[in-house]
Amino acid sequence: MKKLFLIGIKDLKLIFRDRAALIFMLLAPFLLTVGMGFVTGRFSGNQNGLSNIPVIIVNLDNQQLGNALADVFSSKDLADLVEPSASSNPEAARRLVDEDNAAAAIIIPQGFTRSIIPAQGTQFDQNYVSPEVVKIEVYANPTRPTSAGVIKAIVDEFVSRLEESRTTGITSIMEMIQSGLLSSQNAESEARQLFQNTDQTQSTAITLKANNEGAAAVNFDILAYMAPGMAMLFLMYTVSYGGRSILAERSQGTMPRLLVSPTSATQVLGGKVLGIFFTGIAQVGILIFATSVFFGVKWGDTLGVAILIAAVVFGAAGWGMLITAISRTPAQVANVGTAIMLIFGILGGSFINLDQMPPFVQLVSKITPNAWGLDGFTTLALGGTLSNLVQPITALLIMGAVLFGVAVILFSRNGIMQQ
Amino acid sequence: MSSILEVHDLGKKYGDFTAVKRISFDIKEGEIFSLLGPNGAGKTTTISMLSTLYTPTSGDAIIDGHSITKNPMAVKQVIGIVPQEIALYEDLTARENLIFWGEMYGLSGKPLSNRVDEVLEQIGLTDKAKNRVKTYSGGMKRRVNIGVGLLHKPRLLFMDEPTVGIDPQSRRAILDTVQDLNKHGMTVLYTTHYMEEAEELSDRVGIIDHGELIAIGTQKELTQQVGETETLILHLGDNDDSESLAKSLTGLKDVLQANANDHDVSVVAHEAEAVLASVVTKANERNIRIRSIDIREPNLEAVFLHLTGRALRD
Repeated sequence: MKKLFLIGIKDLKLIFRDRAALIFMLLAPFLLTVGMGFVTGRFSGNQNGLSNIPVIIVNLDNQQLGNALADVFSSKDLADLVEPSASSNPEAARRLVDEDNAAAAIIIPQGFTRSIIPAQGTQFDQNYVSPEVVKIEVYANPTRPTSAGVIKAIVDEFVSRLEESRTTGITSIMEMIQSGLLSSQNAESEARQLFQNTDQTQSTAITLKANNEGAAAVNFDILAYMAPGMAMLFLMYTVSYGGRSILAERSQGTMPRLLVSPTSATQVLGGKVLGIFFTGIAQVGILIFATSVFFGVKWGDTLGVAILIAAVVFGAAGWGMLITAISRTPAQVANVGTAIMLIFGILGGSFINLDQMPPFVQLVSKITPNAWGLDGFTTLALGGTLSNLVQPITALLIMGAVLFGVAVILFSRNGIMQQ
Repeated sequence: MSSILEVHDLGKKYGDFTAVKRISFDIKEGEIFSLLGPNGAGKTTTISMLSTLYTPTSGDAIIDGHSITKNPMAVKQVIGIVPQEIALYEDLTARENLIFWGEMYGLSGKPLSNRVDEVLEQIGLTDKAKNRVKTYSGGMKRRVNIGVGLLHKPRLLFMDEPTVGIDPQSRRAILDTVQDLNKHGMTVLYTTHYMEEAEELSDRVGIIDHGELIAIGTQKELTQQVGETETLILHLGDNDDSESLAKSLTGLKDVLQANANDHDVSVVAHEAEAVLASVVTKANERNIRIRSIDIREPNLEAVFLHLTGRALRD
């Protein structure tokens, strides 16, 4: 293990002495983030770069949960970000969006609250089947993708917490009935009591936290999307640079020298991979630090950010090793790596929000570490924690593991460590 | 003296091409053994197999009691390598390079630091140790390259054409270093295509050509193979046709062999003086101006010429 670490540190030292590499790794993404900030008005006094996003709320529900969602958009926390207006006619609201008079329309259908909170007289026994939840419609303006994305993110956050509370609530009620703590006659009143105790935020899993926390969680900073997008775009450069160094060492003689020392090929390759990993983490870490310090970007939960960085770098490094395994020369790695960097940047949402892409592209984007990483970083920036990152982290770890496995097989088949 | 290296039928094939054809030799502890041959003869392939970088397709070698095929890790601990190319990290300093490579050989802490200081002293780069290798001259880089091979005090040092492409002063320094190392007990396997280096350094020489070890022994034993002959070296002008002169001299009386090499022609005869006049006459007939003539006693160049019919240098 010690030799792996020593080789990794040596590679980290070497890349930080390569001026050209540093420009691509650190300066370019930093400057591009700054550029994007200017383009979106992020630096023009408005902290978010977006303000007064016009949104139309059509609340056909007019019950507890529909009103709660409408209240989110009228809350003090979102006062600068959104400019809500009410409408009673969904068609009229959609028309306003089509005419570019609003970024989005939110149509809360009738029965939304009832589909979540049971009506009076509902029997909670073993035969109880929870009704299908009526869906909220977010009618987005395609010419304002970023603003519409913000509106959708707010609604998604609200719905996500609601669903979490609902599922937990029903499960708890059923368990209490089965264990005899609650009779089915009392279940309905108990459920209503639980749903209505919105003040008791600490005591129950069914509490609605959406009113304030949904709003507080969304203090969306456009740079919190752009900065990780750029970081991940150039992370692909870093991992292919690391892979290139494997072939470069082979041609410059240091690889054979490593192999004739009492160091196994596995240790050498493992050390090179560790070097790529260290470098990627350093790169993303420095960019996060710089954007936090200079631009006040809030990346979110520190533990979540740290673990997500490690997972993203692991997934990206897998691609770097695969590119190296299929290449014959350092120049080939560089060329293929640059092409992959750009393709993944586009596919993965580094330039254009994935929500604006066709469904097919959104599906294909799943092969990129960029898409999963952006998903995770956006979740964290919107107030999520490590527990909300299970899916992207798992996907990134699987991606890295599979790609590493394939790369190792190709390395041994091609004798890439030998001259 | 016991043998530190024993090579038995060592061979390497790449498909139909045989790079090394089942060679066998041994090296005694404390001697300098040179493997002399032209470019492409199989010297580097032989060293690469002995250093465990390549897997032989036939045969084996025992180094300090360890087999290169069965126990390569143990072999790596006892050998040092000075490769033909400069195998260093140019963006690291000399000290950083030595520390890194020392760590790869299992050295660490104070013992490594002390050893690095010793080696820097030995290669004469203590004052430049904190400069990056890319700022060094070719000769200085070669010295660090040698230093890396010495760090872990190997029992057997492989030096693969360490003086290629460097200035005469640096070459002189390297040859002196090799002799100094040997004086202190280092066993050296030295490969070269320069006859002068093999003659100056070696206790014994193996001559290799087209993957085959064609002769092995001390210099005296080897030169005795060519018998009592002398070699005339004719140094011609830049524009003179050495090939045609060599061809025309081959048929002359008392001339055993004549070969062209760049702007020189070497003529082998039992007695140089006996053929001198006829050689000069033939050159005049062809309007070729001989700038100078050397007469040489039998040497390794002559041995190679005798055994292969070709000059040692391309």
